[in-house]
Amino acid sequence: MTTLPPLPDTAVVLGARADDWRAAVREAGRALTRSGATRSEYADRMIAVIEEFGAYVVIAPGLALAHARPGSDVRREGLAVVTLADAVPFGHPHNDPVRVVIGLAVSNAEEHVASVAKLANAFNDSGSVGRIARATSADEVRALLGAQAALPGPARPVASGPDTAPPDGAGA
Amino acid sequence: MRIVAVCGAGIGTSAILKVNAERALDRLGLTADVSASDLSSIADAAADAQVILTSTELAAAVRQAIGRSFAEIIEVVNYFDVEEIGEKLEASLG
Repeated sequence: MTTLPPLPDTAVVLGARADDWRAAVREAGRALTRSGATRSEYADRMIAVIEEFGAYVVIAPGLALAHARPGSDVRREGLAVVTLADAVPFGHPHNDPVRVVIGLAVSNAEEHVASVAKLANAFNDSGSVGRIARATSADEVRALLGAQAALPGPARPVASGPDTAPPDGAGA
Repeated sequence: MRIVAVCGAGIGTSAILKVNAERALDRLGLTADVSASDLSSIADAAADAQVILTSTELAAAVRQAIGRSFAEIIEVVNYFDVEEIGEKLEASLG
């Protein structure tokens, strides 16, 4: 049984402010990079897909599935969820405006099919997009998508350094 | 019968369309071989397909890419709406 890519807290952004669709996709790109799935150039490629092919990535009312082909800027399979404080038009004739942007990165096409198939299960309920748009925690988003914060497996030591997370209580 | 679901790049959205087309066919009691493709490989993928599923946004590009294929292009609005996909497949296949 395949599973969705992990959705760590760093890959979830709730209530983001985006002036336009590019900013919204870029937010999803930053989340993928923060979680370690992609390099920052992947965001440019997700934007390029929409510039080339149009807003077809808005695959359901209010939901954009931002993605690009596998490439050297994908470090590992990854998923990101961005909810927008104010809905943003992507230029889709029926499904605008977008309230939820899902960022997806995969390293090969077969993986892609399996991952996205799992996403389909989460969204076949027509209320799912609205529930994710209104979610107030990463845990709630994970529950709605059926995603895990990390892949099951042996725990790995957390890297520490000057640029890691702020001390507890900061930004609360 | 062969059905191809098409997206712009990298088999992203077409995978969702494939899964939900299979669900819709199942509900209709029909069987078909449904595959996912992107625009760059649609000409080959569509050669022996009866139906191509894609979004309205990509329909023109798909039509151009498949050239002389006899496949019918069905435009899907909501990729998660199994009912919509089913109605459109039924109208096309029935």
